[in-house]
Amino acid sequence: MSQPNVVLHVADVHKRFGGLHALADIDLQVEEGQTHAIIGPNGAGKSTLLNVIIGKLPPSSGQVVFDGTVLTGRKPYQINQLGIARVFQTPEIFGDLSVLHNVMIPALAKRDGAFKLNMFRSLDSETGIREEAEHMLEDVGMLGRREMAAGSLSRGDKRRMELAMCLIQHPRLLLLDEPTAGMSRHDTNTTIELLKKIKSRGMTKVIIEHDMHVVFSLADKISVLAQGRIIADGTPDQVRGNPKVQEAYLGGAH
Amino acid sequence: MAAMPRNDLLLFAGFTLAVLTMPIWLAPFGAAYPDLLQRFMIFGIFAVGFNILFGLTGYLSFGHAAFFGVGSYAAVWSFKLLSLDVIPAMIFAIIVSGLFALVIGYISLRRSGIYFSILTLAFAQMSYNMAYSVLTPITNGETGLQLTQSDPRHLDSALAATVVGQPIPTLLGQSLGGFSGFYFCAGFLIIAFFLAQRITGSPFGMMLKGIKTNQTRMHYTGFNTKPYTLAAFVISGMYAGLAGALLAVTDPLAGAERMQWTASGEVVLMTILGGAGTLVGPVIGAWLIKYFENIFSAINDGILRRFFDFLPDGVDSAMVTVASKFVGEGWFLTLGLVFVIIVIFLPGGIMEGVRRIAHLFNRAPKAPGKANPQPQPAE
Repeated sequence: MSQPNVVLHVADVHKRFGGLHALADIDLQVEEGQTHAIIGPNGAGKSTLLNVIIGKLPPSSGQVVFDGTVLTGRKPYQINQLGIARVFQTPEIFGDLSVLHNVMIPALAKRDGAFKLNMFRSLDSETGIREEAEHMLEDVGMLGRREMAAGSLSRGDKRRMELAMCLIQHPRLLLLDEPTAGMSRHDTNTTIELLKKIKSRGMTKVIIEHDMHVVFSLADKISVLAQGRIIADGTPDQVRGNPKVQEAYLGGAH
Repeated sequence: MAAMPRNDLLLFAGFTLAVLTMPIWLAPFGAAYPDLLQRFMIFGIFAVGFNILFGLTGYLSFGHAAFFGVGSYAAVWSFKLLSLDVIPAMIFAIIVSGLFALVIGYISLRRSGIYFSILTLAFAQMSYNMAYSVLTPITNGETGLQLTQSDPRHLDSALAATVVGQPIPTLLGQSLGGFSGFYFCAGFLIIAFFLAQRITGSPFGMMLKGIKTNQTRMHYTGFNTKPYTLAAFVISGMYAGLAGALLAVTDPLAGAERMQWTASGEVVLMTILGGAGTLVGPVIGAWLIKYFENIFSAINDGILRRFFDFLPDGVDSAMVTVASKFVGEGWFLTLGLVFVIIVIFLPGGIMEGVRRIAHLFNRAPKAPGKANPQPQPAE
C-alpha cells in the first residue's frame, strides 16, 4: 500500500478555554487532493478547530503541520502566504470596493507578498492581474457584476466572490467554514456545483459543514467531531453506517 | 504621467487650474489676498495628507498637529542653522517630521480604533507640553522660536551671503512675500495633490482601502497590514510637516500652540466637512474652514450692531448678544454647529452633497471607485 501524501496534519491538539476542554486529543490527517469534511453537532468544536488550523487561536498543546511546515505560532497572513486560503462562515469581503477589486487584491497578495510599497504604479497598469481577476470572475459566473460594490451583492453572490478571492491565489489548501450557512436552497445548490467544479482542479479542501446534503455530495473523507473529540473517521459510507455517529449526531439532528 | 487614467488627468488639470487662478476667482469673495491664500494652500496640504491616513486607511489620528508643529520648528531651525533659503528648510522639515511620525506611528499603530486615536492624542499633547516646558532650549517655550540677526546660518555664511535687517526666508535669494509666497505654497499643494492621487490609484492605495474596509480579510488574504498602516501614517505625517514648514516660511515664528489638540481637531473637521476618502473634499473643507474662520473671527459687536440696526430697540440688542457668541472668539461655536449639521445630514461631507446634486441632473449611474472613491462615514 503506497503512503498517501498528507498535506495537513493536526497532531495531538488540545484547546482549553478556562475549564472547558474545547478540543481534546485531535489527530487529523488530510491527504493531498481530497475534500475532507469535519462535521459534528453545535458546540462540538468545529470552528475552534478551524481557528487553530488557520492561526487565529493558539492550541493549548500539540501542533498543526502543513506540508512539513509547522503552522502553530504563525500569523494568519504568514499562513496564507504558505498557500492556505479561507472562506468564512459569514463572507469576509471588502464591501466598499468593487467586485473586480475584491478579486484583484488577493491576486496582488499572491504576486507581491505580504508587503510591497507599490505606490508609484497605477492600478490601471496592472493589466495582467486585472485579466486574471476577470477570468476568475467568469469562472464563478460573476463577470457581469465586476463593477458593483461588493457590499450590495446577495449572500450567495458574496460567497461566490469570496470563493473567487480564495481561488485566484491557487491555494494548496482551501478551508471552508460552513460555506452554505444561511443560504437559500437555490444558493446552496449553486455553491455545491461550484465547489464540485473546483474539486476537479485537485485542490485539497477542508470543509466544515452542518448541512448533510452538502457534506455527502462533496466529501471524500469525513471526520465526526463531538464534544471536542473525533469520534469517527472515514469515507462517507463508513461514517454513515457508524452507530456512534448516528447516536451522537445524525440520530439527534434528523 | 502617461500611465495616468484620463479621469485622473482631468481631475488633476482642473485642480491645478482652480488653485493657480484663485487670486482671480476668489476676488469677489474678498479672499484674494496673499496671507489668506497661503493659509488655504498650507491647510489644504495638511488635509490632503491627513486624508491618506484617515480617509483611505480608516485610522483617525487626533494628534497630527504634532507633526505640523515639528515641521514648523524644523524649518525655523534650518533657517537659523543652515540657510534662509526655503528649499533646505522644506527638505529638513519633511525628514524630521517623517522620523517623528515613524516613532509615534510605530507605537500608536499597535492599537486600532478608539485606542489608536487616544494614543495619538496623548502623544501630541505630550509633544505640546514638552515644547512649552522641558524642550525650551529647542522650542524657545512660550515666546516661540524666531529668527534673529545673530543666527549662525552656516550654509549662508559659507557662501558669504549677508542679511541686512530682520532675516526673512527666501527662495534662491528672492523674497517670498505677497503673491510669490502664495505661488510657492500653491506649487507644493499641487505636487501634494498629485502624489495623493497617485497613491490613491496605486496598488498600495487599494491595500489601504482594503485595510479600512476589512482588516480581517486582509490578514487572511496574506497581507501584513502593519507596514501598510505605518507607511500611511508616516506619509501623512510628512505632509503635515511640509504644511508646518510652509507656515514657518510665511510666518517664521514657530510657537507650541501649533501642536495643540485643537489644531489636531481642526484637520479632522476639515477632512470630514469636505468628505473623507475623496481627493478634493479635504482641500475644500480646509478652504471653507479657513475662509469662514477669517470672516467670522473678524466680526465684532460693532459690526453686529450695525447689521441688526433695522430691528426695534431691545430686540436688536438681544440679537447682538446672541449672535456675538458665535463670532470673534466664539467662531468655534459656529464651526461646531456646522460640523454637527454636516455629520448628521451629510455624513459624506460636501463631496457627498455635490454627488447628490450631480445625481439629480445625471441619472446615469457611475462606476464605483473611479476618480472619487465613495466617501465613507466617519468611524
